[in-house]
Amino acid sequence: MEQVAIFINENVTLIYLLVFMVILGFQIISNVPTILHTPLMSGANAVSGIVIIGGILLLRKTNPEDIFTIIVGVIAIILGMINVMGGFYVTNRMLSMFKKKK
Amino acid sequence: MYVEALVKILYLVGALGIVWGLKYLSSPDTARKGNIVASIGMGLAIITSIFDPIENSYPNYLWIFVGIILGGIIGWYMAKKVQMTEMPQLVSLFNGFGGASAMILAIIELYGIKDAVMELGSGLILISTLIIGAVSFTGSVLAYLKLDGKVEDKNVTFRGHNTFNNIFFIVIMAFSGYCLIAGEGNYEWLGWVIMILSMIYGFSFVAPIGGADMPVVISLLNSLTGVSAATAGILFGSQIMLIGGILVGAAGIILTVMMCNAMNRSLWNVLLGNFGGTAASNASGVAGVYKEISANELAIQLYYAQRVMIVPGYGLAVSQAQKTCQELDAMLSKNNVEVFYAIHPVAGRMPGHMNVLLAEANVSYDKLLDLDDSNDKLKGTNVAIVVGANDVVNPSAKTDPGSPIYGMPILDVLDADTVIVLKRSMKPGYAGIENPLFFESKTKMLFGDAKDSLNKLVQEIKALG
Repeated sequence: MEQVAIFINENVTLIYLLVFMVILGFQIISNVPTILHTPLMSGANAVSGIVIIGGILLLRKTNPEDIFTIIVGVIAIILGMINVMGGFYVTNRMLSMFKKKK
Repeated sequence: MYVEALVKILYLVGALGIVWGLKYLSSPDTARKGNIVASIGMGLAIITSIFDPIENSYPNYLWIFVGIILGGIIGWYMAKKVQMTEMPQLVSLFNGFGGASAMILAIIELYGIKDAVMELGSGLILISTLIIGAVSFTGSVLAYLKLDGKVEDKNVTFRGHNTFNNIFFIVIMAFSGYCLIAGEGNYEWLGWVIMILSMIYGFSFVAPIGGADMPVVISLLNSLTGVSAATAGILFGSQIMLIGGILVGAAGIILTVMMCNAMNRSLWNVLLGNFGGTAASNASGVAGVYKEISANELAIQLYYAQRVMIVPGYGLAVSQAQKTCQELDAMLSKNNVEVFYAIHPVAGRMPGHMNVLLAEANVSYDKLLDLDDSNDKLKGTNVAIVVGANDVVNPSAKTDPGSPIYGMPILDVLDADTVIVLKRSMKPGYAGIENPLFFESKTKMLFGDAKDSLNKLVQEIKALG
């Protein structure tokens, strides 16, 4: 229990952020029309590639002699970047098809 | 000091871009702008993290750029090359990559602890990242394989699969608990064990979930990747990762719940796979007489109709009939027939699948009606054409309490004067449930591949005009 209390005390800002972002996320997404389900999902999917920043921070803290961590970190960056780049690009392709014609 | 402050501001701007972008993405008129805004925010955050002046950093920039450029090129290439009909697969695959990335970060962090003692709080976050990342990785890869037709549902399930999954989950929890409480000195091998078990679990967890439930699974996996990015953010003390990840997690959950509501089933029920193979067959006695219609007769009916409603389903995607569908639409519209499309929320294999396909074929999006509007417009529709949809128009969802889909909101095609079903044969749909719609007096069948049938209709109508 003591450790939990310490964790809460040290990370109170993160916890606040967490709670408010959940609320914000719900707010932003509710009432999405069916037509945007796929683009929204793939756009959100691209955003989850933000995990790439973890990879970048990891590499920056790694001693270059620790070649194992470097390589694995690069793989994490590659995977995250595929997620980001592919996700946004494919979403853009989809959205450019949605047209309203009269 | 000033640089640190600037970095913090830049992260904030990046986060705002992401939040704003997602907000814009949820409305049709601003969606495209939203995607661009979100990608700029993301780009800014990524660049900032490269130049963030952190303590004890090493100049591994070359490695970082190699990773970013390689990943960027691969992602760009995959997204450029993909056919619109393969969109669900690709989105799943991208999602899996994100999960894998989070999983890798977690295992490396765990490795870094070595002989030190893990704190309970951060340890919990670390192990959560590891498990969620791994599950979303292999789960998404299996979803990709299933959607791509490389793996068939029946080849990856077995009797008692759900019980196996639950026990497996408990085993993972047990290892995680042990690692947290008494794992001192053993973190390395415990980490690998948890990771590998979670990867197997991810695979096994998606395996029994059938094709018609795919939209739910995909958006759930999407949400999980978001959550893993968020927990990884806590691990690295990065607010922007937390913000982005949680937004995606929340959005994914909302979408998942919307999909479940569209089927009138709980998430639990979908995950335990009570649909697909295990469906009770007590509704199978509805065999009866069905009537056929020829393309020529139907063409005449359509030509003189006032309003035609097209009801697309997964079959439309399979036979790639969206363009032909649009041709028929254009032909009829020219003749002053009102043409609409009735889109059920779970038609297809991912949320909004039909909308994307029809948009690709240049169908104006104000012709695509959602469930409620479709049902309003179906009253007063002369001809409803069901193209490759089945369960979403199955009236036993309303009438037969014994049916596995009982209670699911459906498109009331029987409100139209005539219902035409384009179908390959009389075989039941994906869920293996008989559809009494086919035997209704209003219903006529037009057998054949959806694309061929629509093509014939287009030719016949041309001949009439």
